[in-house]
Amino acid sequence: MEFFRFKRDIPFMSWGKYTTAISLVTFIVAVFFLVTKGLNLGVDFTGGTVMEVSYAHPADLNRIRGTLIKLGMADASVQNFGTSRDVLIRLPAKADMSSAKLSETVIAALRADDEATELRRVEFVGPQVGKELVENGALALLIVSLGIVAYLAIRFEWKFGVSGIIANLHDVVIILGFFAFFQWEFSLTVLAAILAILGYSVNESVVVFDRIRENFRKMRRASVSQVIDNAITRTMSRTIITHGSTQMVVVSMLLFGGESLHYFALALTIGILFGIYSSVLVASPLLMLLGVSRKDIVKPEKKPEPEAVP
Amino acid sequence: MNRYPAWKYLLIAVSILLGLLYTLPNFYGESAAVQISPLRTAAKADTGLLNRVEEALKEANLPTSGMFLEGGSIKVRFTDTDTQIKARDTLQSLLGNGYMVALNLLPNSPQWLASVGALPMYLGLDLRGGVHFLLEVDMKGALSKALDRFGSDIRGSLREKKIPYAGLDKRGSLIIVKFRNAESRAQAEAEIKKNYPDLDLREENVGTEFHLAATLKPGAQKRIQDAAVQQNITTLRNRVNELGVAEPIIQQAGADRVVVQLPGVQDTAKAKDILGRTATLEVRMVDEEHDLSAALRGQIPFGSELYNERGGGPLLVKKQVVLTGDRINDAQPGFDNNNQPAVHLNLDNSGARIFQQLTRDNVGKRMAILLIEKNQAEVVTAPVIREEIGGGRVQISGRMTSEEARDVALLLRAGALAAPMDIVEERTVGPSLGAENIESGFDSTLYGFAMIAVFMTIYYLVFGFISVLALGVNLLLLVGLLSILQATLTLPGMAAIALTLGMAIDANVLINERIRDELREGMAPQAAINAGYERAWATILDSNITTLIAGIALFGFGSGPIKGFAVVLCLGILTSMFSAVMVSRGFVNLVYGSRRKLERVSIGQVWKPVTNKR
Repeated sequence: MEFFRFKRDIPFMSWGKYTTAISLVTFIVAVFFLVTKGLNLGVDFTGGTVMEVSYAHPADLNRIRGTLIKLGMADASVQNFGTSRDVLIRLPAKADMSSAKLSETVIAALRADDEATELRRVEFVGPQVGKELVENGALALLIVSLGIVAYLAIRFEWKFGVSGIIANLHDVVIILGFFAFFQWEFSLTVLAAILAILGYSVNESVVVFDRIRENFRKMRRASVSQVIDNAITRTMSRTIITHGSTQMVVVSMLLFGGESLHYFALALTIGILFGIYSSVLVASPLLMLLGVSRKDIVKPEKKPEPEAVP
Repeated sequence: MNRYPAWKYLLIAVSILLGLLYTLPNFYGESAAVQISPLRTAAKADTGLLNRVEEALKEANLPTSGMFLEGGSIKVRFTDTDTQIKARDTLQSLLGNGYMVALNLLPNSPQWLASVGALPMYLGLDLRGGVHFLLEVDMKGALSKALDRFGSDIRGSLREKKIPYAGLDKRGSLIIVKFRNAESRAQAEAEIKKNYPDLDLREENVGTEFHLAATLKPGAQKRIQDAAVQQNITTLRNRVNELGVAEPIIQQAGADRVVVQLPGVQDTAKAKDILGRTATLEVRMVDEEHDLSAALRGQIPFGSELYNERGGGPLLVKKQVVLTGDRINDAQPGFDNNNQPAVHLNLDNSGARIFQQLTRDNVGKRMAILLIEKNQAEVVTAPVIREEIGGGRVQISGRMTSEEARDVALLLRAGALAAPMDIVEERTVGPSLGAENIESGFDSTLYGFAMIAVFMTIYYLVFGFISVLALGVNLLLLVGLLSILQATLTLPGMAAIALTLGMAIDANVLINERIRDELREGMAPQAAINAGYERAWATILDSNITTLIAGIALFGFGSGPIKGFAVVLCLGILTSMFSAVMVSRGFVNLVYGSRRKLERVSIGQVWKPVTNKR
């Protein structure tokens, strides 16, 4: 079986204008939602308390809200989580009440109302810790980006590093845009997914770049855009199959991973889908935009590097 | 060209065997158990105790499914949790408070596996249920308490040397000692400088008074803060032992934070209460000069406070603290000469000296022992001092049941916190959610693997099947490695197992596509296989390194569950490089390598474009 039968190279580079425009538009839209709606940051980052409670019967959210209002916690958010019997309660950080006491007061009140209330999970993060997690998260993102640029610059050339990381940060912004638009909860695990995606999608760019380098050596007569078109076309099948197989696992996580892994898997799904797109249609046009040429790769005085091509 | 030397096959076989061996314990599951560990050096877990435990359980008619001595504690297995809980209660009342009797889960894997160090993966709290706390030590509080101690010590030394002073105050981070003339100040300065090298001294003249201002040197501040964290950790450890948790984790995290993880703890309210107790003990004198009934009407004399005695009436107690709880080395419950329940205290040197002086000067008077919790003080007992007590051995008796004596001893022994602590992060996972998380993590991996297996076998036929085998080996090695390292497996870690499977198959797709490419170019099958593996290698390396960069950064900056994700991701990348390249090549070599005339390989249809080829 073979899915992809390309008779001739697909002229990706001549579509460069359109694809760049599309990428730019999606990017701007993502940034727009990020700015206007903002991320729905989870308790990991904002600080506060999240409680998951479970009932033997479908939960009466209004009654739970009533109980909380009686406790003076009118600003609590109460919603179903997964099933109608599970309820997620979010309590913003309170200055006047000891954090540790907060969840206990709530569960005691809920138990007084209904004895069968089962406390499944409590997460409390102090505002200071939340701030640190934001800082560490941003730092990790920065370090990963720099590490990847440095690696690509050493392995290829700085133009490759820059276009590779821009293409992948474009993916990250789009994932964030999705999370902002749908107001999905952005937690630490989602951040982990994003960083993993950053490392993973760069592979795609690496594979295409490898081919580009090889083609610069082999196709001496061809223009830069022909070289890139050929590289993309010939790696296309592999790109889609590998992403597809990773996507299978992620879909399985989305289906069977339960609520705890839901947004993690969702972030990975978006990341993988846009990863295919961006490595093909963002990284390479950027490379041309930066003015990559045969001279960057084929240096006469240098011995040819070992070939590295899929 | 597609043959491996014998050592490579051997290496593959050995690693698969090791992977199997160390993965095996994960399949046996766990059984309910009770763990008995001695809390003090005097108590020992030995065969004598083992016999006692066995007899007690037999007497109580509680069947066990095995009992053994391991690592200084006794572990008893039970078939169900009901018997386990009954047995815990029976043993607790039999052994008293010299031992910790905790509920635990023990792996069911046979002894021979455990003896080669093959244990199941260490599950994180989100998978097994339990409580995670991050506590922050109040450093300002620690310094302030240290200053208080210095203040009372300076008072003592000045009095001892008979240097007159007009007063001693604490102002922020300063201790101000006031003198009437410059001579006594100079005398005092020399004395303090000699005895307290941790203090910086400065002379100040305010009006007609001669002041000496003392601050802590920066080095001393740091030392005090470090010591405060250390003492708090020790205290927490003692308190957790009282809770009866089988495998608690208590460790420092950063300069002023402590992580406490209590697997399997259900009663989080009790856990929080015991951990968060900022109880301190103070010994003060009872104010007997003033009228108690007047004080009860609201006329509390200056320098005294009104408290209630436990199980007794109100008392007037002087504000001046003579001795604090950190001078106590040990506390044991027991009985006094009249066979009344009592607590025996053992004070450290300086505490013993202070106490001797106190009792010498106050025979016939009452002292009060106060327990202060969250700014609420209670007089535990207010005994009459009968005689001078030297040697630092103190006996507290009074209106106490033996139960109360045990509680007081426990609290004193467990020690006070050197500084108050706040819970800055809490994560509690109930046991049912933990079990569900394991299930969903397992299901994601299983179905993900199944989908990949089906797709790969259809798309690449024999080569696809070999890739799936290699992927299976990868999973085996990864789980085996995690079991060997006993790295904490969290739910994100399980997600990382699934994710690495998805990413690992990349390498095989790369190889298979490359082999097809070579075949398309018209290369002979054997040569194509060889070239495919050779050429794909550099790309595989490249792509894995970028993911590894992300994994390492996550490990460096992530906390808790994210670290778990990063560990598995990094390990998974390493095992996948081995299995996808070396193991799959080994299988391919076994299948195809020995055939001299290989006409075609089963890698699915290789389509060739009919138009002119480049």
